[in-house]
Amino acid sequence: MAFEPKIIGFLCNWCSYTGADLAGVSRIKSAPNVRIIRTMCSGRVDPAFILKAFQLGADGVIVMGCHLGDCHYQEGNYKTIRRLPFLRRLVKGFGIDPRRLRLEWVSASEGDKFALLVNEMTEEIRSLGPLKLSVHHEIQQPVAHH
Amino acid sequence: MAKPKLGLYWAASCGGCEIAVLDIHEKILDVAAAFDIVFWPVALDFKYSDVRAMEDKSIDLCLFNGSIRNSENAEIAHMMRAKSKVLVAFGSCALEGGIPGLANLTTKDAIWNYVYKESPSTVTKNGGTYPQTHSMMPEGSIDIPEMWETVKSLDQVVDVDYYVPGCPPQPEQIWGVIEYILSGKPLPAKGAVLGATDKTCCDECLRERKEKKLKKFFRPFEIQTDPNECLLDQGIVCMGPATRSGCGALCTKANVPCRGCYGPPPNVTDQGAKMVSALSSIIDAQDPQEIESILDQIVDPMGTFYRFSLAHSILRRVEKS
Ligand code: SF4
Ligand code: SF4
Ligand code: FES
Repeated sequence: MAFEPKIIGFLCNWCSYTGADLAGVSRIKSAPNVRIIRTMCSGRVDPAFILKAFQLGADGVIVMGCHLGDCHYQEGNYKTIRRLPFLRRLVKGFGIDPRRLRLEWVSASEGDKFALLVNEMTEEIRSLGPLKLSVHHEIQQPVAHH
Repeated sequence: MAKPKLGLYWAASCGGCEIAVLDIHEKILDVAAAFDIVFWPVALDFKYSDVRAMEDKSIDLCLFNGSIRNSENAEIAHMMRAKSKVLVAFGSCALEGGIPGLANLTTKDAIWNYVYKESPSTVTKNGGTYPQTHSMMPEGSIDIPEMWETVKSLDQVVDVDYYVPGCPPQPEQIWGVIEYILSGKPLPAKGAVLGATDKTCCDECLRERKEKKLKKFFRPFEIQTDPNECLLDQGIVCMGPATRSGCGALCTKANVPCRGCYGPPPNVTDQGAKMVSALSSIIDAQDPQEIESILDQIVDPMGTFYRFSLAHSILRRVEKS
């Protein structure tokens, strides 16, 4: 069977999720490969969520937030702008191609940009192929908490 | 009444946890008086076959240190699980892979190639040989344990009842745990972390913290630090925010940043992810290029953030390419 990338999209509630919604109501066609998780702010995306997404089988992760200066919580996306490049380094340290982790700003009116990014990311991951990690075979259950 | 039975074991570890047990000093005599020690390879001459001959669940308490790195470690982990009522992952290696878990940064093949072929101190004949798990000699066959590709924590291999963190656990904390068990009080809920607290190392640290804004990171040898101020405030990467308290922030008292040996605090699964958030909130830059150049100053994030917990982190090992 042909490889269909599984991509997790963390979208902030105030801009990017609304942007995705706009893409939907405007009936803009885009790849169905991004599974969207709505968070209140891009700054709410704990780096552990992203590692977890890879652990549980995501081939790529895209985080979308409000443009700089537009964050509903003023500062949230300024945290994100530092976190994501840092996390990309960590992900690379784990032997995962950093192109599998992407950060983009999408406003509530940018339905077309949302669709474009989804298509772009899907094609990029398609060309990178499935992400294979040994942890995928090891876990029956998520990592224990203690 | 017969004394409760105690077993101690070391799997892939350095022996420091054993020393830490002895560091409870004369109280070790109380331990010997209160328990019947039935297995302790580092100190007493019991054989695996002695333990194998015991009934299941006949050991009351087993303190198991060391990570699971080879087939022998795993075999004894399964044996001790079967024979023990209460199995404790004792020390960072058993809890989360510890220092041996750093082998998950590379592969078994790369390690063997270096150790048995390429290291300057290795003299090889015919390009070098690797250890064989099975070999035939004139006197008979010899079998040695098989080294694994990936180092594991104890709880990735068998069911664990309690966890005592630290590299090594601090003696007063060890004594606290033993005293608690001897008191006969009801045991805590399964999975509990004993001999530590539910806060972070920063909460125990005596150094003064200010509002942090950093444009520059240093390695400890590069600057003279102020002994009273938070090391992170001074640009030294300190694992305090991503580490469970219990040691009394020991390292910071010796002017050394916390290395994270007590593992992640409650509700944190991954010390690296936690450090990424903690450091991202204090880096003073908004321009992508400036951010990258500041991040360049954080040397060896994998080895620093996951020094003790790589094998138990969310992704567990570096993917071999
Ligand atoms: S970061 Fe380190 S030095 Fe600063 S308060 Fe925390 S443990 Fe202490
Ligand atoms: S300060 Fe950190 S590294 Fe040092 S003993 Fe405590 S937890 Fe371990
Ligand atoms: S609310 Fe959109 S990035 Fe903070």
